[in-house]
Parts: sequence; structure tokens; C-alpha cells
Amino acid sequence: MLLAMKFKVAATLAAFASPLAASVVTPVSLAPAATTNVAETVQIAPANFAYRLAGDFSKDTTPATAPLRNLRLDGGLSIMKRQVTAAEYAICVNEGECPALASSAMAADRPVVGVSWRDATAYAKWLSRKTGLSYRLPTDEEWVFAAATRANDDAVPLPEASDDPSKVWLARYESESSKVRPVATAPQPTGSFGANENGLLDVGGNVWEWTDSCFIRAKIEANGTTRTTATNCGVRVVQGAHRAYMTDFVRDPRTGGCAAGVPPANLGFRLVLERAPGIGLMVARGAARLLAGAGIS
Amino acid sequence: MMTRRHALMGAALSALLVTVPALADDINLPRQSVDLVAPPFVHAHEQATKEGPKVMQFRMVIKEQEVVIDDAGTKLQAMTFNGSMPGPMMVVHEGDYVELTLVNPETNTMPHNIDFHSATGGLGGGALTLINPGEQTVLRWKATRTGTFVYHCAPEGSMIPWHVVSGMHGAVMVLPRAGLKDRDGKPLHYDKIYYIGENDLYIPRDENGKYKSYDSPGEAYADTMEVMRKLIPTHVVFNGKVGALTGKNAMTAKVGETVLVVHSQANRDSRPHLIGGHGDYVWETGKFSNPPEKDLETWFIRGGSAGAALYTFRQPGIYAYVNHNLIEAVELGATAHFKVEGDWNNDLMKQVTPPEPIPPAKLGAAETAAKSLVR
Repeated sequence: MLLAMKFKVAATLAAFASPLAASVVTPVSLAPAATTNVAETVQIAPANFAYRLAGDFSKDTTPATAPLRNLRLDGGLSIMKRQVTAAEYAICVNEGECPALASSAMAADRPVVGVSWRDATAYAKWLSRKTGLSYRLPTDEEWVFAAATRANDDAVPLPEASDDPSKVWLARYESESSKVRPVATAPQPTGSFGANENGLLDVGGNVWEWTDSCFIRAKIEANGTTRTTATNCGVRVVQGAHRAYMTDFVRDPRTGGCAAGVPPANLGFRLVLERAPGIGLMVARGAARLLAGAGIS
Repeated sequence: MMTRRHALMGAALSALLVTVPALADDINLPRQSVDLVAPPFVHAHEQATKEGPKVMQFRMVIKEQEVVIDDAGTKLQAMTFNGSMPGPMMVVHEGDYVELTLVNPETNTMPHNIDFHSATGGLGGGALTLINPGEQTVLRWKATRTGTFVYHCAPEGSMIPWHVVSGMHGAVMVLPRAGLKDRDGKPLHYDKIYYIGENDLYIPRDENGKYKSYDSPGEAYADTMEVMRKLIPTHVVFNGKVGALTGKNAMTAKVGETVLVVHSQANRDSRPHLIGGHGDYVWETGKFSNPPEKDLETWFIRGGSAGAALYTFRQPGIYAYVNHNLIEAVELGATAHFKVEGDWNNDLMKQVTPPEPIPPAKLGAAETAAKSLVR
């Protein structure tokens, strides 16, 4: 598919420019640990929700709109109420467990941005070890479930199957071009974009969030089922005002070249707290105690 | 030094100019007044003309203005001809006279002028057009050579590069009276014309690496000059802004349409390339007395010149028109798009097999050869 190929080229080009940032180690000035905390998690009860599959779908040999599925998370979900802040991330950097970021302007009350999937994953690993709990990035399904009405199904209605690849290409270009570019791109204080019905703050604001879901290519079979033909975990699903696919070491989500779309304004993240079945809210309370014990709270 | 006598003489002279019918010794040719339009569009014009030479009258107002140059909202204290970066393109024919009224409104803060690469003598007109805020001047020059040419502001000293990289440049196209021709003299015609002006911009940063903004050009001068002298632009864009010619602003064409793209760069080298297309006929140096080159993949625009490329679109889809230093195209902004509609031609290109898993391993030719060597 032409567009995907072009996107890959653009992503690769952007990627080559970015890794240098990792070696530019700027010391991050730390806010006093006492003012920071680990984001509390909200517990979302099991529910059904509509989910547009992520990835690149085709039917026969032509590009197709991704199928819409009805899903249910039987165990519900425990997920951070807000995005991880710059000050929180800085502690992990200070302890030598998270890669330092190029940007040195870190405000305690604002989400950390300019993080790659690798950075976010390192933070989750560190936080899990620190607290004795199990934190991880959400899957794309979990993110959509938690985001609820803030999740944006931006599937592009594609033209009828034909052997003219330009029709799909132009349709996608029109759709991308019509997206409104965010006015303020600098991260805003936590809570600036309000809460959704699950109590999650800033969902779909100007900070996009990494998920753990890998990019897939799949075929839609005649009976409506899908069959994954390729999985690329070097590219992860990013969620926010719209869904995007990013190479895992990218920190600055710019587009250009052949891509017309509106890129995520910033890359940040929030984490899911894994629960052992039946423990419920106790875990969150336990986490607060443990963190207090660990001297982070 | 201006003496009192000189001043009196000046006054007498200007009095004379007012009383004597204006430009009595003037060439007696038909006059045509042209309303300029902002790039990438170009004012309506004939390609070949049967009419005789004319005096073509244009008017440009210089505007110092703050503009936003990227999606992050980075600001530039720009200086512009007629409010656009680049300034509008003027099209005339060989033998015509270009008569420009240049206006520097009182709201501006600096003297400005104009140097036409297409004009002869007087520093391209720069020596005769330096005007202060609140002044205007009229310059006339004869279009003796055909081609696409840059014009730019060129006041003096360090003001020259600064005014140019702040946006003060544009292009003139002088067409042969009989229109464009290929190397065998066969007429070439375009259905559409677009004018792309490339800007290399040099925005100062603060100690945190964030782009700085200023309240006036004067306040930006010292910091900007420091960035300029390192010769590495912070932005390389088409028509004044990252994305000025993409998305909703993408240029359009239809399959079968022939488009002339004029590309100017007043300061720095560039190398336009149409991804998925070509230059059917390219005047790389922009001068129509030289035969156009055919079938180019990328063409070179020397800093301080304008070139022209003619292309007939044969396939629908999105075409990226880039500066093929891809770092400049993707990272710094030098990308434009063409949105082309029409019917796909499977003969020119077909996706024979869409992406699919690599089939189970078979011995490749290289491995077979290696095995036979071992044996």
C-alpha cells in the first residue's frame, strides 16, 4: 500500500534524526521529592465498548477500513488518573533507571513529554520495582476502554474496492488534511483538559499516550474474521485526540515529507496497574503505603 | 552633504516635474496595469502574445509584519513585498517594460528597495529605489532577456542578507513573445502555473533551546544575524511557512494537465524533486534562450536564481514536491504537495502483490551458487 510505505519512509527519516537526542544527556533539575507522588489509579468496572481495531487492514488485495468490534474487559481496569508528570519521570532519571530527556524544562505539575515508548517502558519497570506492584503501559484496547467518549474513532471511510490505489490514497489525504491542528502545543498543567466520565484527566488533550500495542497488518476474510499477517513491535500504537503509529524510539512526533497528517503534539504516557483478581481497590491503597515507605510519596 | 543650493535646485526640479506633463520624454507604448496575486498563484497572463511591447504596470506595498512559520507557532518578524513570502510573481514578455510603483508605508520601520535580477544597470534598480517609511518610488526597466529571475530587497551591508532571509524576495518571469519552446522549436504550453519561493529562515533560540520571538525587526536583528552567520537555517520552507503548500493548501492538478512550476531561492542552493513525477522540460537556470533539459529527476536551483519545470501529470494521487536534501524537506519543512485526480494507469504502475509474509524459505540463487562452489 503506497501510503503505508511512504509513512514508513517518513518515520524512518524522523527516526534517524531522533536517536541523537538520547546521547545528549542534559541534567534534569529535580523538584524536591516531597512535592511529587505517584499518580493515583482509578478503577473502572467491567463494561462493553466499541473498539476499532488498530493496524493496517485489507480485504482481498485492497485497503479496507478496520473492523469495529464489541469488546468487554471482564476484569475492568485500574489505570492512572493522570499522565505521568515531568517531576515523577525525573526521579527515575535521577536514580539512573530512565533515559534522560533532551528537554530540560521540567515542570512538576505538567505531564512529561518527549518520551519514547522505550522511555515509558523503562519508567514502568522502575516504578514496579520501586513499589512492588505491577505497572505497565495499557494496550490500545484498554486505552480506548478507559478513554470512553474521549476515544476518537477516526476510521476513514474508504472508496469501494478498485484497482486504483490513488482513490484510497486521496481519501486518506483529505481526511488527514481536515484534522484541526492543536493551537497550544506546550504541555499544560495536569487537569487543564478536564476529566472524562471515568475520572481520567486530560484524555485527548495535547499530550498523546503510548500504548503497548504493536502495529499489525491484517486481512479481513470473507466471513468477517481478521487474520494478522505481520506484527511489527518496533512500531507502537499511540493514543490521544487521534490514533497514530510511532516507531518505539521516537520522542518528537513530527511529520513531513510525504505525510500530510496532523502528528501528535506531544508524546507522554500513563500506566495501568495490574491487579491480582479479587484484590480490588486494596492494591491502590497498598501502593500509597508502599510508596510512602519507599520515600517517594 | 546636501547644501542649501542643492536643496533649492531639488525643489526647483521637483516643481518642474510637477508642472511639465509627467514623463514627457517617455516611451509611447500601450500601458497595462496588472493586479498581483499571492503565491503559489500567478496573475492571469498570455503565454504567447501577438501584441507588441507594452508598459506593464505593477504596484507593491512593502509590509513589515509578524508571521508564524511552523506548527509550533514560531514567530518571525518578517519583511515582505505585498504581504507574502515570497513576494508575488510578475509575468511580462520580452521587450515589455516593467513599471513598478514601490510603496514603503509609514507604518514600517526601515528603508527598503528592490533589486531585479532581470533588469540592467543601477544595481538591478536597487540604487534608484531606496525609500524610507512614508515614501514611494516608480522604477521602469526593460525586459531584454527571457527567463525566470529573482528580485529582492538590497538596502546596504548586512541589511541585504537580513532583509532577504526575512522574506523580501520574489520572482519575475519574462516570456518569449512566441511562448515557450522545446529544443526543436516546438511550442510548449502549460495549463497551470505555480510559483514556489523557498525561504531559509534563521530563528534565534533562548538558553532552553526554545525559539525566541521579538516585538520588532530591530529587536530581532542582532540575535538573528548571529544565527545567520553560522549558515545553518532553523527552517527551510516553501512560501513562508511549514505546510504552506500541504494539506488543505496542497496544489492541485488533473491527470493530463501540464503544470509549470517556477521555483526561486534568493539566498541558498536548493534541489527540487517531484516524488513520483519528473521534470519533462526543465530550465534549470531558468533562462528560456537555453533549450530545456528533458526528463530530469531533480534539478538544481542556485541560490539567487529561479528555475522553471514543466510537467504533465500521468497518474493520480499525492505527489510530494520537495527540496531533495531530505533533511531539509522533512525536518526543516521544505515540502509541498500536489493532489492529482484522474484515473490510475496500471501500465505505468501496479501493485502486483500487496505486502504479505515472506513465503517459506527456498534456496536463493546465491546460496545455490555457493553450494556448487563447495562441491
